[in-house]
Amino acid sequence: MEALPASLSQILSTLLAILVGVGGIVLLYVVMDFLVGFLPDKVQQRVRPWVYVGPLLIILAFYLVYPTLNTIYLSFLDKRSESFVGLKNYIFTFTNPAMRVALRNNILWLVLLTAFSVGMGLVIAVLANRVRYEAVVKSFIFLPLAISFVGAGVIWRFVYAFKPGDVAQIGLLNAALVNLGLEPIGWFVEKSLNNFALIAVGVWLQTGFCMVVLSAAIKNIPVEVIEAARIDGANGWQVFWRVTVPMISSTIAVVATTVIIGALKAFDIVFVLTNGNRDTEVLANRMYKEMFVWRNTGRASAIAVILLLAVIPIMAANIRRFRAQEAMR
Amino acid sequence: MSHSTKLMTSDRLRKILSSVPLHIVLIVITLLWTLPSVGLLVSSFRPRNDVFATGWWTVFQHPFDFTQYQLDNYISVLTTQGMARAFLNSLSIAIPSTVIPIAVAAFAAYAFAWMDFPGRQVLFVIVVGLLVVPLQMTLIPLLRVYNRLGLAGTFLGIWLAHTGYGLPFAVYLLRNFIGSLPRDLFESAYLDGASHLTAFFRLAFPLSIPAIASLAIFQFLWVWNDLLVALIYLGGTPDVAPLTIKLSGLVQSMGQDWQLLTAAAFVSMALPLVVFFSLQRYFVRGILAGSVKG
Repeated sequence: MEALPASLSQILSTLLAILVGVGGIVLLYVVMDFLVGFLPDKVQQRVRPWVYVGPLLIILAFYLVYPTLNTIYLSFLDKRSESFVGLKNYIFTFTNPAMRVALRNNILWLVLLTAFSVGMGLVIAVLANRVRYEAVVKSFIFLPLAISFVGAGVIWRFVYAFKPGDVAQIGLLNAALVNLGLEPIGWFVEKSLNNFALIAVGVWLQTGFCMVVLSAAIKNIPVEVIEAARIDGANGWQVFWRVTVPMISSTIAVVATTVIIGALKAFDIVFVLTNGNRDTEVLANRMYKEMFVWRNTGRASAIAVILLLAVIPIMAANIRRFRAQEAMR
Repeated sequence: MSHSTKLMTSDRLRKILSSVPLHIVLIVITLLWTLPSVGLLVSSFRPRNDVFATGWWTVFQHPFDFTQYQLDNYISVLTTQGMARAFLNSLSIAIPSTVIPIAVAAFAAYAFAWMDFPGRQVLFVIVVGLLVVPLQMTLIPLLRVYNRLGLAGTFLGIWLAHTGYGLPFAVYLLRNFIGSLPRDLFESAYLDGASHLTAFFRLAFPLSIPAIASLAIFQFLWVWNDLLVALIYLGGTPDVAPLTIKLSGLVQSMGQDWQLLTAAAFVSMALPLVVFFSLQRYFVRGILAGSVKG
């Protein structure tokens, strides 16, 4: 137990850091506000707001705005950011065979992860809404959301575990296959299956999120609307497609957008489970490799810029929606 | 038995029967969703040889035969594999990385909601735009700056990085919340001579506690579960590596030692699960408010 004093000092330093961090931040604002108090009244009114938003703006400028602009610039430079290469890095990302696999896989992730997470989330939300043990069902579906992608990776490595030959399978899926009289499958090796196996992990993680948000929207549909449809003779299926889905369509759009952004940036699951081997590469993992394995800053930056370009429509939609909300206030 | 009651009971019976498929579907889905995690939990308590010889589900043949469970895997990952150290590192990273952005965001959100300054709208629209910027866009330039400043591999460096990445969402959420508090409340406070600082500490902050709680849980879990940011800014420094890095390292170095991997994975999930079960209500609220985050 020699580790104990070390951890004890670490606990103390953590506590100290929290105190200094939290206290320091609050103190910073209080002191700045106090100092502004010495200025003439008119100046005070002009300066004080900047005391409150200033730290935010400085942090955002340093951590988001400057690096974003810099990455765009770097994407036009070579490996070591020494000379200008024009569009060479972008041409590489769209022509190199390995990169094209990554692009294809990201599209697969985008379409399948979104379709299945939103679809399953919607179905479970609608079904659970009709039973008394709704809260229990939702808790269990929702639970993976609290788990890290890395943790989920371990869980699913074990589900997909494969032992070649005629031995007892310890992975759930292969044991099920063998029980049904089929051959066990190397889920991460089989090129026709491995991407789907990875995306399934994502669906397992994301469905809970979709379900919770959609369930809240479903509960906001006025009861009278559903009843009116029922009186008009609509069955459960028709109510679902003609009433429920149209009435929560904007929520479905928001949820789908969030999942799409997640799919674009998919990294942890691939990094932990296959590291992109056997045609399972995705853009974010490839970028990590370009950055740390091959040390090619230009290409890594170009991949990041492609991710940014992909979210720009979403960014524009968010801003438009925000403006509309503000106009209504 | 009268004719009408007979009709009612058969009606009821039909109703119950017709809902049987619904229950079956729901229960099957719930089981399917839960089985992978149960497998992890069970395996983490089984001895190595058992894990390799038989599937984890075989323990349910004699679920109360406690000789088939043991704690050795946990002792091993916590001591020799360094998961205890990583657990403390995760705490050291996650708590300040939650508190600092919320403090910065709360002051800024107050200003955006209740103070008047030129560029207020434009600046906030920029914040909304930054919500979805992929953090991949920031990694290379920031890592270069960090290496120059000596911030790479330090707690301070990763706190500030998580602060930067968490701020747009925190400001967005808190500004909407603080801005929707009753206007009269603030106006009468100002009329009574309250300064902005007083209005912030006495009104805006205490009234926003529900929003802040949701935000705190959200940000805490996000940081706790993060792998990428930690890999980039702490990457080569094992002393400060959080659970996610440690666990992904174990997957690579002892990918077949399931009994250790499962125990280590469960150690990394323990705290999020406690947070999840004890604060589910706030967690859900945060998720509902947060469905715009990138």
